[in-house]
Amino acid sequence: MASLIKNIKSSFRKMTTSIKTFFWDLRRASNARKKKIGAYLDKKNLNLATKFPGWARALVYLSPALIVLSVFTFWPIINSFRLMLYEGYNMSNNTITGYTIFGNFIKVINDESFLFAASHTEGTAVMNTLIIVFISVPVSIFLSLFISVALNSIKPLKGFFQTIYFLPYVTNTIAIGLVIAYMFKADGGLVNTLFGLGKYSWVEQGAEYWRSMFVLIFYATWGTLAFKIMVFLTSIQGIDKQYYQAAAIDATPRRRIFSRITVPLISPMIFYILVTSVIGSFKIYNQIVALFGVTGRPAGANYTMQSIVMYIYQYIDGGGNNLSIAAAGSLILFGIILVLTLVQMQASKKRVHY
Amino acid sequence: MELRLENLTKIFTNKTGTDLTAVDDLSITIESGTLVGLLGPSGCGKSTTLFMIAGLLKPTRGKIFFGEDDVTRLAPEKRGIGLVFQNYALYPHMTVYKNIMFPLENMDVPRDEAIQRVKDMAELVGIGSMLDRKPAQLSGGQQQRVAIARALVKKPRVLLLDEPLSNLDARLRLQMREEIKRIQRETGITTVFVTHDQEEAMSISDKMVVLDFGVQQQYSAPQEMYNTPANLFVAKFLGNPPINSFEAEVKGGFLMLNDQKFMKFKEVKDASYILGMRPEHFKVSEKDSEEKIKVDIKDIFHVGRDTMIHFELNGQNIRALVDSDSVGDKDKTVDLTCKRKRVYIFDKDTGKVINHG
Ligand SMILES: Nc1ncnc2c1ncn2[C@@H]1O[C@H](COP(=O)(O)OP(=O)(O)OP(=O)(O)O)[C@@H](O)[C@H]1O
Ligand SMILES: [Mg+2]
Repeated sequence: MASLIKNIKSSFRKMTTSIKTFFWDLRRASNARKKKIGAYLDKKNLNLATKFPGWARALVYLSPALIVLSVFTFWPIINSFRLMLYEGYNMSNNTITGYTIFGNFIKVINDESFLFAASHTEGTAVMNTLIIVFISVPVSIFLSLFISVALNSIKPLKGFFQTIYFLPYVTNTIAIGLVIAYMFKADGGLVNTLFGLGKYSWVEQGAEYWRSMFVLIFYATWGTLAFKIMVFLTSIQGIDKQYYQAAAIDATPRRRIFSRITVPLISPMIFYILVTSVIGSFKIYNQIVALFGVTGRPAGANYTMQSIVMYIYQYIDGGGNNLSIAAAGSLILFGIILVLTLVQMQASKKRVHY
Repeated sequence: MELRLENLTKIFTNKTGTDLTAVDDLSITIESGTLVGLLGPSGCGKSTTLFMIAGLLKPTRGKIFFGEDDVTRLAPEKRGIGLVFQNYALYPHMTVYKNIMFPLENMDVPRDEAIQRVKDMAELVGIGSMLDRKPAQLSGGQQQRVAIARALVKKPRVLLLDEPLSNLDARLRLQMREEIKRIQRETGITTVFVTHDQEEAMSISDKMVVLDFGVQQQYSAPQEMYNTPANLFVAKFLGNPPINSFEAEVKGGFLMLNDQKFMKFKEVKDASYILGMRPEHFKVSEKDSEEKIKVDIKDIFHVGRDTMIHFELNGQNIRALVDSDSVGDKDKTVDLTCKRKRVYIFDKDTGKVINHG
């Protein structure tokens, strides 16, 4: 028996050795070939690295990404420009009645559900989106920073808590939305029961604009927390422990350790999260649909919870002439995000330590 | 501030449950204002000892006193120490100025005074012109000086330095060694200086502790330790070129070398021992009356004003460093002697030195 095991072990070892040797020789052969080809190219003066200037080589290396981007990003952007210039576009027979430069923009901006609300309603696509972005992004970043610092400082059950906080990330947005809507139900909802609010209406009939907005922001914040916590926690765990030991020796209060050591040392990650979540929040759509349906209007409400993207979708659905309006709307969104991102990049130069 | 360690012990338990005693029952008293070198091979528990003094590690057993205060349970921030880490641990996102300022920001110091102290300290360690740079823009030696300045600026009660010179080149190391000694003298701070370089420890310390596997081997002034090692480990650890050690017997009160009677040791029992003799303690015998031994020269090298002779004693290769004039190139044999008190006899089992008057 023992000898059998021994035999198996030794033959197994032989096998792995020969496999390793095989790959070793493969790599050796490929190295030799590369060297040969390199020498040949050098001789013929064909070496890419020396013959072509840097930008040309960069173009070659970037071409796969550029092709994909062109098809799915650049072309649609150019297309929106084209559509935006049309007046009276008819998709079915592909005719237009004329061209315009600002016409579609003006239509969009004058639309009572886009920028400025009419007197008898509340909420517009732009206002809603801005409110969501400027509240949920900072709140979620601060919250996730604190939670990751707290998670990092506990020892027992660390993995357990990390999993709990990560769950929303792998859960369907719509499903979470349903749960949230259920939590905030007027009749027997968890929140009303917990805080003894009676039949307080949050997202249903009779809820005011700010109550609906509160729930929406709560949902948007909570849903994005998981990913942020994971990123922050990972980068905090990557910080050399000695900085904290040095800070402890120097009698640094916790708050200062957080603001002067932890935050600056993970500032590249915070910046990355800031930029991506600003962009992400500007494109908010799912959460609103989950809570308020595709119209973005709670039953019987005199306001809309629509976001910019929802506004755009609504016009894509219409087809025909409306496509030009959708195009103008997307270009406005594109412009806002572009400007904001540039501002953030500029602002980060001083505050982010790479 | 006197610093006293009492039976300090640190046991690390790793995941598989095995214990590792990093520091074993260490008891030393470091007098106020002195610089004590903590010396030992890599992994002997030097950093662990330092971290326990700093409060970053909790001792498994034992006590730490700063003066009369028992600080064993005190958090690091309350101990008022300055610590220079083995790899500096400067905050990479702060300028040199902010790094040095950082400890003061946590203290109750007026702003003007704080700024003045930072500038004075930067001048003292010679980095006054680099205050606006980030640590990454400094050389290793400059970073180390910033680390020292950061540790000193808050006027700590105790200064702890963990191999602060290990990353420097030989010349800079010498220069910084002297600078640390000077700063320490000027400020009069009780200092513990960790190193694994015996030469560095010997030249900088008022007193040295030698550790091996967490166990204190000897605690005394450098020269005293060099001349009267407590055991074979210390004897071997100190000195360059290293001490010659080999087996030898005492027979009828005589120490036998190469089957010749070399020296009479009345107080030493007849037995087999480990003998230690430093190369530079050998001398070429000039008087007949001396106790000496005749050896066959195997090799001879001239190193400056000294001459290194290679020969065999009891089957071991031995080196002796003698005066160049005392031995000729053509000599085949030479009579060597050594002061009685410089012949170290160690117990074969325990390695402890055996006193012989
Ligand atoms: N956190 C830890 N957990 C387990 N074992 C440790 C830990 N820290 C140190 N050790 C062990 O304790 C022993 C002493 O370590 P220490 O860092 O004090 O050595 P050292 O004398 O400073 O060495 P060096 O000169 O290499 O810095 C080593 O064997 C090391 O492996
Ligand atoms: Mg160490």
